[in-house]
Amino acid sequence: MATEQSRTAARLMVSPAVILLFLWMIVPLGMTIYFSFLRYNLLMPGMESWAGFDNYYYFLAQPAFTSALINTLLLVGGVLLITVVGGIALALLLDQPFKGQGVVRVMVIAPFFVMPTVSALVWKNMFMNPVNGIFAHIAKAIGVQPFDFLSHAPLASIILIVAWSWLPFATLILLTALQSLDREQMEAAEMDGANWINRFVYLVLPHLTRSITVVVLIQTIFLLSVFAEILVTTNGGPGTASTNLPYLVYAQSLLNFDVGGGSAGGIIAVILANIVAFFLMRMIGKNLET
Amino acid sequence: MGQISLSSVTKTFGDVTVIPPLDLQINDGEFVVFVGPSGCGKSTLLRLIAGLEDISSGQIMIDGKDATDAAPAERRLAMVFQSYALYPHMSVRKNIAFPLKMAKIPQAEQDKKVENAARILNLTNYLDRRPGQLSGGQRQRVAIGRAIVREPAAFLFDEPLSNLDASLRVTMRQEISELHQSLKTTMIYVTHDQVEAMTMADKIVVLNAGNIEQVGSPLELYHHPRNLFVAGFIGSPKMNFVTGAEAARHGCATLGVRPEHLEVTADGPWQGVIGLAEHLGSDTFLKVQVEGVGDLTVRVAGEQGLHHGQTIRLTPPADKLYRFDKGGLAIGGAA
Amino acid sequence: MARKTTPAKTAVVTIAAWTIGFLIFFPILWIIILSFKTEGDAIKSPLQVLTSGWTLHSYAEVQTRSNYALHFWNSVILSLGSTVLALVIAIPAAWAMAFVPGKRTKDLLMWMLSTKMMPAVGVLVPMYLLFRDFGLLDSRIGLVVVLTLINLPIVIWMLYTYFKEIPGEILEAARMDGAGLKSEILYVLTPMAVPGIASTLLLNIILAWNEAFWTLQLTTKNAAPLTQFIASYSSPEGLFYAKLSAASTMAIAPILILGWFSQKQLVRGLTFGAVK
Repeated sequence: MATEQSRTAARLMVSPAVILLFLWMIVPLGMTIYFSFLRYNLLMPGMESWAGFDNYYYFLAQPAFTSALINTLLLVGGVLLITVVGGIALALLLDQPFKGQGVVRVMVIAPFFVMPTVSALVWKNMFMNPVNGIFAHIAKAIGVQPFDFLSHAPLASIILIVAWSWLPFATLILLTALQSLDREQMEAAEMDGANWINRFVYLVLPHLTRSITVVVLIQTIFLLSVFAEILVTTNGGPGTASTNLPYLVYAQSLLNFDVGGGSAGGIIAVILANIVAFFLMRMIGKNLET
Repeated sequence: MGQISLSSVTKTFGDVTVIPPLDLQINDGEFVVFVGPSGCGKSTLLRLIAGLEDISSGQIMIDGKDATDAAPAERRLAMVFQSYALYPHMSVRKNIAFPLKMAKIPQAEQDKKVENAARILNLTNYLDRRPGQLSGGQRQRVAIGRAIVREPAAFLFDEPLSNLDASLRVTMRQEISELHQSLKTTMIYVTHDQVEAMTMADKIVVLNAGNIEQVGSPLELYHHPRNLFVAGFIGSPKMNFVTGAEAARHGCATLGVRPEHLEVTADGPWQGVIGLAEHLGSDTFLKVQVEGVGDLTVRVAGEQGLHHGQTIRLTPPADKLYRFDKGGLAIGGAA
Repeated sequence: MARKTTPAKTAVVTIAAWTIGFLIFFPILWIIILSFKTEGDAIKSPLQVLTSGWTLHSYAEVQTRSNYALHFWNSVILSLGSTVLALVIAIPAAWAMAFVPGKRTKDLLMWMLSTKMMPAVGVLVPMYLLFRDFGLLDSRIGLVVVLTLINLPIVIWMLYTYFKEIPGEILEAARMDGAGLKSEILYVLTPMAVPGIASTLLLNIILAWNEAFWTLQLTTKNAAPLTQFIASYSSPEGLFYAKLSAASTMAIAPILILGWFSQKQLVRGLTFGAVK
């Protein structure tokens, strides 16, 4: 099928996408790199001057950076842990025959369609609010002091909210994968004397590896840049307790108008993402090829 | 018309040579079968003729015109694919009419040709179904119908029967042969099954690793295989090959005896023990361990009550021995 | 896992599945209930599921106070516009990579996906300044372009995996049948690819509808989609539960309904073709 003519046509058809993505990657990123070496504040236009690596130094040296870095990793790791483990458990459950499978599936899927600003606001006000939230009502009903989630455990609360949004995604992918598992293989294992733990460890998990990889990859892409949930719930606070890297960059550049510092932070975020991406790509490269 | 000639055609993928320089002449109206083990390059050769792959060097002539650089559609060839490659979203009628539609043939004429093809192939009642609702044999017929309506210079078949079950395969084999007799159009047919090759072909091309081992009519290949490869490939069960002292006694490096030519006799020179007897009713296949000769397969007509463990004597047919030299080439054809 | 099921086991599974499903769905159910209550009833303690006076008052209030219709319309334009644009660019590219693969195709795909790994904040500042200087801040057109670009890699990847599943022999058959590139795409490829394109379209609409980084950064009022509209309820209106619930319900209802109706296509789309 690969004749010279079709090759030329193919190149023409790929090029718009490649050119656009290339421009999208190179132009703004180039500008960010350039800005990151300038002393540049939006409040003082026309005062730009060369700063060398100062911006990087100040960005990295601020205590907020270390906590933002740790928060970013905790957020990604925490949500991945909850959604993958929860997703596998839920997928195993929903794979069993029971009445009303369709309805339950529709209910489980639903959070995926809820936009981040809505889910954050709903959790913040209707559930975690220390006075009127449902959790507070429950606490009062059983005679416990209501807990102010967003002030005392802001990051954990945000992890919970984000995990709620992504659990359906993980469940759905893992359930689909589970349904393609060869039943005869499972029966053969049963005949061979494997109990359900053995079957899970030696058959189900290996079968799910590929889809777990997909879940981890896709979610990591989105989780590294969680922003809206933080903006509407805690504004990164209290202090910097729930500030992740994207939020820190946003605060520095658009709240403090420090373009230079924000750009340096942006570049650091890109480098961090690339380190993560490097490992992820190697992982999916291996798992998706076969 | 459907005359195809290949001269010095080669095909390489990167550093790998799939087809070394190859010449082949296919005459108008001939039924030519490319046969060989999997990976021998027979499908690649067919795709080169179809124009689905570019040839690396050489020339392809169709009806005296240079078609080397012609697009597949310009070559006036029709192809039936192994997977049938029916368009799943179109009805049978639309599938068959598709090449006509592409050629911008008027609707009325399209309808007539489709109806006609459907009648020939017994598809009239299925014209409005989708391919997914048809059985394997019916799909096969739709694929052939799609090829027929174009009235091509030649039909190309790429292992068309390999996805059918055994009994259907026999039926379709006969249908394709009958189709060839009524259309008298050139057909090129690729298969790895030597039975299909023997039963259908006017001319068999035996391929091995991209090389043509031998070209000839089925019986020519059966009686006069040019070398060990062809001798081993054509005929079922496979020809027995004997080497060593016994072969040397006949003045060759390898001695070939077809199972159906060995006779069970009371005083044959070869004595052996039956290791396995397969009783088919019409025939009996015996695996015999012969001292000083080796394992031989013997085909005995009918049922003669032979069984495992029995000692028998065999007579090799003096006039039906095949002798091959050290390089595997036949010495003077059948002795 | 096994075919054998006892009634007791089925009962346990049924109860567990329904309970967990209900808990996961509960936040959405709760805001729908609250949205029909009066503000007073919404925060009444102890909690009540049913109230005396059901009312549509909050919905009317939301429309008059924050112009829901405008933001809804913006969301529609942004998600549809960016999706269609992305498909127009992605279909030829994915077609070419799936059916005329070269030595570098896999690398090219990986590179495309890797552009998605670049965190948005890395280019936040220049994008903001570019938008400011070109007068694109709070404009729909600028945001359509950005949303197209950020989802393009995923769209290409999904289409690629769908196209990959179309057997090459069918396209070759079309070529043998005399179909040129145009007819091949029009009569053979497109009809076979429609299911894949449809689920790509759906998933991308959902992703674009719910995108909440660039929509929050680059819009304020006129071009603001529903994500931004809801963010404006952050405080102090957030304390008016009935109104917040009504606004939230209106923001998620369109996509929730679309998502439920197209569940089957979505499941395949969601898995990015990597899981069958």
